[in-house]
Amino acid sequence: MKQSSLNISIKDVTKSYGDFFALKDVSLDVTSGEFLTLLGPSGSGKTTLLMVLAGFTNPDYGSVKFGDEEVIMKPPHLREIGMVFQNYALFPHMNVEQNVGYPQKLRGVDKAEIKRSVDEALSVVKLDGLGHRRVDELSGGQRQRVALARAIVFKPQILLMDEPLSALDKKLREEMQIELRQLHDSLNMTTVYVTHDQKEALTMSDRIAVINHGELMQLGSPNDIYQSPNNAFIADFIGESSLLPVTVKSGKAYLGKAPITLGHKTDKNGDYLLVVRPEKLFLTTKKNKDTNIFSGVVEDSIFQGESQLLAIKLDRTDFGDLPLRMRIPNGTALEQGVPDVGDKITLGLRVADSYVVEMSHGSE
Amino acid sequence: MAVSEGQLNAAALKAVARTERRTFMGLTIPYLVMVIALIVIPIGWLFYLSFIGRDGTFSFENYTRMLESKAYLRIFITTFKISILTTIICAMLGYPLAYFMSQLSQRWANICMIGVLIPFWTSLLVRTYAWLVLLQKRGLVNDMAIDLGLIEEPIKFVHNTSGTLIGMVHIMLPFLILPLYANMRAIDQNCLKAASSLGARPSYAFWTVFFPLSIPGLLAGLLIVFVLCLGFYVTPAVLGGGKVIMVAMKITSNIELYFSWGAASALGVVLLVVTMAILFAASKLVSLDQLGGKG
Repeated sequence: MKQSSLNISIKDVTKSYGDFFALKDVSLDVTSGEFLTLLGPSGSGKTTLLMVLAGFTNPDYGSVKFGDEEVIMKPPHLREIGMVFQNYALFPHMNVEQNVGYPQKLRGVDKAEIKRSVDEALSVVKLDGLGHRRVDELSGGQRQRVALARAIVFKPQILLMDEPLSALDKKLREEMQIELRQLHDSLNMTTVYVTHDQKEALTMSDRIAVINHGELMQLGSPNDIYQSPNNAFIADFIGESSLLPVTVKSGKAYLGKAPITLGHKTDKNGDYLLVVRPEKLFLTTKKNKDTNIFSGVVEDSIFQGESQLLAIKLDRTDFGDLPLRMRIPNGTALEQGVPDVGDKITLGLRVADSYVVEMSHGSE
Repeated sequence: MAVSEGQLNAAALKAVARTERRTFMGLTIPYLVMVIALIVIPIGWLFYLSFIGRDGTFSFENYTRMLESKAYLRIFITTFKISILTTIICAMLGYPLAYFMSQLSQRWANICMIGVLIPFWTSLLVRTYAWLVLLQKRGLVNDMAIDLGLIEEPIKFVHNTSGTLIGMVHIMLPFLILPLYANMRAIDQNCLKAASSLGARPSYAFWTVFFPLSIPGLLAGLLIVFVLCLGFYVTPAVLGGGKVIMVAMKITSNIELYFSWGAASALGVVLLVVTMAILFAASKLVSLDQLGGKG
């Protein structure tokens, strides 16, 4: 059921409500067949952008093109997009088959073809044989699948999803993430996916657009976004991280009084934040030129199943009393064992992982 | 006492549950007493009276008279005609308004709701006489229309069927709007968005999604209005001017003019039975619809 798909081109889309900007000059291209996630905290404008794509919200100005066609003036029902809503929005007075067949019926498709396409869509979402069920007899995960089947049955070239997994429990959500991604790969629809769950975004997307305060903050692959966040907001929002203040003076970086080596160039003097991911720290004893060394005391130690999370206070004399979090995967062979609370330890962070962002930009 | 481990404290816990249930049921006692004293006993008494003939013995004459007399038949036809017309007009006025309100933001919907409720809270008698003042021969409406040169002779709005309908629709409208609006508010607006994104024109989405989902509220509203209309007295009595005679008015005249408690009781019993039958039929219809899925 692989098919052709359209690219989406968003330019200067702005939407304000009085003094409040829900979207501010957002420009963004989604390539054909891509899985792009709009990621941001609640109220960031990500859903507003999706609603602009769907045609339910008109921006103040800006352009949205599907392929070469400007669609900004087109009403939603003419945009030929599949859409999956947060609460599924299934029609409660219709059974599964009628729900999934709805877009086909209104297009005047003949009965046999409706039946065939509904069966095909249900089989794609692994709900074969449930066509006669009433919607309220289904579990949350099944409803999600029906909503998806309904959105793809008429083979739209663009699929929009608004936090479709947020109502599911964690385990099912993680299964569905993989499944949705596989489905996307087999159907090849251009997909725009909205979520506030950074892990979900990292798991599923080709590219992630991080949105905050109605602005596009960074657009890049999950790897880019995680490894080289543009600014402190993203560094903090994506993954866990400890942000430590770093000063750069004439090309040299200092954490407290201690000099550290950065994995990338910083041109300007000034204040930066060192982004330390807990999993990138390791216990070490020896110093070498590829590794920055910190010393501190274990303040707290929490067993989290797959890993042990340590809260560490860096030494006051060198680093100025900074808090740091470190994660040791369960099963790591350590000569001295996992440190206890109160132990003095020495930590290493590879120079390649020593990454700073500017402090001034959007650090709330 | 030998108690196995699985039943530790079982008897005592059961006793507590029983006491709680009893205390809880006790809350209904004042209401039950009132219903029995003021409704069940009087209705039973009326039921008994309806089988007592003029000579004070048991007889069906109060019922047979209803079947034989053309006047009674006419009264029943009038009652149903007025009730059905009022219900239909209420639906035609109320459905669009309730839909409009359901699409507003909560704030504006509440303001509109006050507009619906203020007349609802005003005395029925006051509103009925207000219509009389407005619509009578030398009333505000006729005077203004004549002054503006729209009409030569005053239009006869009241003391006829149209006056009765105007008054009754005005009084009944909130009873239709309230359940309908509550139902429409509960309809997931995303369902309409979903329909639209799937390619449905607004009118198609309305008729295939919104309207079917609003039917339970509409039926509830229609039912309340219709049943209330069947037994309505004040408005048809005042605005009908004695020309529109409904069952409730006939009951009054049977008592006040003819002191015929038996005939009045029989009419009351028939009205009650008809109303109950309609409620029963409607409850089947609504619950069938809610079971839904088929059709």
